[in-house]
Amino acid sequence: MTILLLLIPAALLLGLAGVWGFLWAIGNGQFNDLDAAGAKVLFDDADARLRERRQP
Amino acid sequence: MTVQALQALPLRPVAEAGACPHCGAPSAAPGEFCCNGCATANAVIRGLGLEQYYQLRSNAAPVVGDAESEIDWSEFVSALPDGRSRLSVLVGDLHCAACLWLIEHALRAQPGIVSAQLSSATRRLTVDWNGTAAEAGRFVQIVTRLGYRCLPVDESAVQTDGIAEERELLRAMAVAGFAAANIMLLSVSVWSGHAGDGMGMHTRDLFHGISALIAIPAIAYAGRPFFRSAVNALRHRRTNMDVPISIGVTLAVIVSMAEVMRSGPHAYFDAAVTLLFFLLVGRYLDLRARGFARRTAQQLLAWTNRPVAVMTPDGVIQRPASRVAAGERILVAAGERIGVDGLVQEGVSSVDASLLTGESLPQPVAPGAMVYAGATNLDAPLTVQVTAAGAGTLVGEMTRLLESAEQGRSRFVRLAEQVARWYAPVVHVTALLSFAGWMLIGAADWRAAVLIAAAVLIITCPCALALAVPAVQVVASSRLMRSGILVKSATALERAATIDTVIFDKTGTLTIGQPRLVAPDPAGKALLPLAAALAARSRHPLCRALVAACPDTVPADQVQEHPGQGLSMQTTEGVYRLGNAGFTGAPIEQRDGCSELWFSRPGQPPYRFRFRDTLRSDAITVIGQLRDQGRRLVILSGDHSEAVAEVATALGIHEWRAGLTPKAKADFILALKDQGRRILMVGDGLNDAAALGFADASLSPASGMDITQNVADAVFQGERLAAVPEFLGVAAQSQRLCKQNIAFSLVYNLFAVPLAIAGLVTPLIAAIAMSSSSLVVVANAVRLGLLVRKARP
Repeated sequence: MTILLLLIPAALLLGLAGVWGFLWAIGNGQFNDLDAAGAKVLFDDADARLRERRQP
Repeated sequence: MTVQALQALPLRPVAEAGACPHCGAPSAAPGEFCCNGCATANAVIRGLGLEQYYQLRSNAAPVVGDAESEIDWSEFVSALPDGRSRLSVLVGDLHCAACLWLIEHALRAQPGIVSAQLSSATRRLTVDWNGTAAEAGRFVQIVTRLGYRCLPVDESAVQTDGIAEERELLRAMAVAGFAAANIMLLSVSVWSGHAGDGMGMHTRDLFHGISALIAIPAIAYAGRPFFRSAVNALRHRRTNMDVPISIGVTLAVIVSMAEVMRSGPHAYFDAAVTLLFFLLVGRYLDLRARGFARRTAQQLLAWTNRPVAVMTPDGVIQRPASRVAAGERILVAAGERIGVDGLVQEGVSSVDASLLTGESLPQPVAPGAMVYAGATNLDAPLTVQVTAAGAGTLVGEMTRLLESAEQGRSRFVRLAEQVARWYAPVVHVTALLSFAGWMLIGAADWRAAVLIAAAVLIITCPCALALAVPAVQVVASSRLMRSGILVKSATALERAATIDTVIFDKTGTLTIGQPRLVAPDPAGKALLPLAAALAARSRHPLCRALVAACPDTVPADQVQEHPGQGLSMQTTEGVYRLGNAGFTGAPIEQRDGCSELWFSRPGQPPYRFRFRDTLRSDAITVIGQLRDQGRRLVILSGDHSEAVAEVATALGIHEWRAGLTPKAKADFILALKDQGRRILMVGDGLNDAAALGFADASLSPASGMDITQNVADAVFQGERLAAVPEFLGVAAQSQRLCKQNIAFSLVYNLFAVPLAIAGLVTPLIAAIAMSSSSLVVVANAVRLGLLVRKARP
């Protein structure tokens, strides 16, 4: 059962990493406009093609 | 004769008619633009390499009007601490996500711009750049040249607390979710340990200890929104849902800590944290739904404060409309919206006042005529002497009407709140009684009695209740969103559930809002190509309709436009005229509810082309459907009575009023409300805004004014009126589901509370009961999507 001493902290650290990532995303403003975000994903292709064209 | 006349025309090379590649309006030839504005917008888009916009968009672009008057945008720029400048503006006429994409990318392509972000919910564009405030105008110009309107934002009135609150809830939710998941892992091990002999006492205590270490900081952080609201309520000697939540969670933690100290078998950390997590989810959904309504006031302000060109001894300067005094003289360019109420002093033109009056056709104005803020000047520049500006205008009066309407609406008590009012006291009393009961019969020591009271509070926590309503709302909104109906107000569906009266505006709501040519007799048919050739040179709505009726029109040359009167063309035969009765020398009295355009040639009697606004394609079916549902139907219009009577007869609506002012519309609705009717108002114009606000629920087509769309509870896309019964149907259905969910929560409590009072609820049972009840209400809410789909053919 001593493995618990390793596994529990490991599980907690992984969880904390997830929470930290989420809090970072909130602070970064990624949750400010959820309505448009759904549609903007579809435009990623267009963005990529645009970048290609801009590059000489 | 006609053939000869046509040959006499100086024709341009024959080309087929087409649609404007930018806005889709009819244009002279395929690939040709309908106007200079659209050509410019297209050139800007191509110049930046953003042609993909045309593939991405789901709606045609806005028709690009003539350039707006210049505003000194540098006044609205704020300096950021790191030397950058920031400009916030409201962008009007956004149609779909492609508009956001286009505007953001067009701006980001500019040198110096660090970021450009446009929010679809708030319609606020925020641009940051390295440079001076003077550059602001250039950036705004890019957006206006794409065909979108920009309005300055009054920073002092901007409310940002909504965003901050949303962020706080999200953070709390993240922390609670993390804690709940990890504590649940530990708790499941403990419960499995209880079942067999698998777990020793020390391991259990260790697990409880770790749970406590996670739970206490998590609750201290994630519970703040509830604690704050509970303390607030108690301070005002009231009680709300947050009071039993806060007490329950705190008590559970204290009792569990005591258990851990004396290494007891049961700890409620998991229940307390999971509870908070579920409640936070419900609250977040609720807040997001409310967000739309909160932003309305902000946009109203921007609308009434448009800049106008004031004539001063030092020349023409731009000033916000609210800072113009009565008696001053202002200039209104052709195509510009008039910003004040006033008397025309110079200039002959026609104004489109459809927003204010609902009258679908432009009205001619000449010196001495009164014009109102919100009307658009169509043909020629006007000089206007200001009689009222800002809050004193007709629009200002509407804004005040609107405000009082909004206040009335905020008094609406939601179903969940009604339940909450008596739920909290009952829960408190039950918990207290079970504590006192166990103490009195002496069957338990005080520690056990407190444990039981805590269990009662946890098990009765309005978890399902707090999730029940937001979950249904989210499913209903996304269900409606898929059929093109955007629900903006959180309480709209509840208010729309019991509607028995539907009131329609005429122009733009029951009808398409644009005139179409009534099929002419053979004589008229022969004249049509000739008249359309003249009409192709004008942007007047009737001329456009004439051209639309004659697809192969080639615009004639040497056509002269006479503002407010018509068009004339010099030919070898003499002067051809197309315009109003007076202009063409026709008899004036000919009222049959149709709009008219006369065409005259030398030596022949003028011919009258008639135009009529056409009904939406499914209007008759939809009205029939609503009547079959036993709803009372009324038309309220600002248009003249012949036009309204015709539409009413065509649709079989017996109750109608014509020639109403915005205030009269609102009064009519208030009178009906006093009779106890529950009213849905459907309208699109500024003159409907107050009526939309006073009605119990309101709908507006996406073709309506920005302001109307803001007031309305829901906005529907597209040509079809079927959105009205759909909205009402989903509303009624979701109200039924909300009630089912609340009923379920109560029944669940009826069974669970006696168990808790009897002291039979262990942490395991509490966890199962709570999660399963939450899952049931969410599942029931999801059912809404299926139910409505089944109901449709």
